[in-house]
Amino acid sequence: MGSDVGFAVRANRLGMRYRGTWALRDCSFELAPGTVTALVGANGAGKSTLLVLAAGLRRPTEGTVEVRGDVGFVAQEKPLYRGFTVAETLRFGRATNLTWDQDYAEHLVGAARLPLDAKVGRLSGGHRARLALVLALGRRPDVLLLDEPLSEMDPVAREATAGTLMVAVAETGVTVVLSSHVIAELDGMCDHLLLLDRGGVRLAGDVDELIDAHRVVVAARGADFGDHEVVTAREGERQVTALLRLAGPPDLPEASPPALHELVVAYLRTGEAA
Amino acid sequence: MIEFRIDRRSGVATYLQLVHQVKQALRLGLVGPGDRLPTAKDVVAQTGINPNTVLKAYRELEREGLVEPMPGLGTFVRRSLVTPGVAEDSPLRGELLDWMDRARALGMGREDVEALFRAVLDKRF
Repeated sequence: MGSDVGFAVRANRLGMRYRGTWALRDCSFELAPGTVTALVGANGAGKSTLLVLAAGLRRPTEGTVEVRGDVGFVAQEKPLYRGFTVAETLRFGRATNLTWDQDYAEHLVGAARLPLDAKVGRLSGGHRARLALVLALGRRPDVLLLDEPLSEMDPVAREATAGTLMVAVAETGVTVVLSSHVIAELDGMCDHLLLLDRGGVRLAGDVDELIDAHRVVVAARGADFGDHEVVTAREGERQVTALLRLAGPPDLPEASPPALHELVVAYLRTGEAA
Repeated sequence: MIEFRIDRRSGVATYLQLVHQVKQALRLGLVGPGDRLPTAKDVVAQTGINPNTVLKAYRELEREGLVEPMPGLGTFVRRSLVTPGVAEDSPLRGELLDWMDRARALGMGREDVEALFRAVLDKRF
């Protein structure tokens, strides 16, 4: 993620204060073009604030966030005109966007089986979420910012939506940042991770590299893990299960790389304990 | 053409699963030199995984000299991993089949056979 390849999103000491409370503070990171980043964190960690700032909908209190190219943003509330039909929503998309790919939008609506004459207000939460995503994808943005895009969808819709997003990445190289609470469903979709903890960046980087830099170890209580940093440890009667950040070669018996959700949960737990 | 299958619960990095599956197909002779691997877009449409992961897997296979990208055309297999023992009619395969039949006749289940096979495998390799 060096600056030699350029960036799609770059934050520098970004901060946002609402009524005396910092929702986000001192956030610095860079996302390369064409990457798919999972934005994770506990409730109130600053995920939505970060996306709103990156979308340019609010001015930060301090620092900067830059986005290269056209931005598509879908807020958590999936704002749409409830009185419009699906077809009218697409017409609205075409009328209000300089770049709009009507064939693509219609293809996505068809694939999602959204009835064109249905009123938005009568659609299920999952269908509204898919329509909001169509509206964002239809303008063929360079950067797509999605706040909890999958949360209201059933498993089939989630899988279909994940497929739609990934094909868009393959076809156009769009950069995607998506927040979610369900980490397991991001596995395989995201190649980068941005983990926020109480308004700051706690962990960031390439998913495979992060996983490779950590190990889950089950050892006897009081075991010595050398120079490796203990991120979290859970002690049983005789054993301790620890997530370690490796300080060098993984010279540990009985150690395995963590799954993405184990890694994320371990870091979120350290935030809770602090 | 290879059909990839991703196990999201395995804990094995997705790109490594793709690497292993290509190698497995090369070993079994399901794909060979000159064959084209599916494009990132094909794999994505099939599995819903990230296209960058597919490219990463293909880069790894390229690094190992197994495949070669041809700009604008796709990624092609360069080298076979088929060994003589793998062929459908090889004596080695025949002996293993006989051995498995004997294990089954002794009342061993799949897991028993796997455990025994792995124990001997670890001893020799």
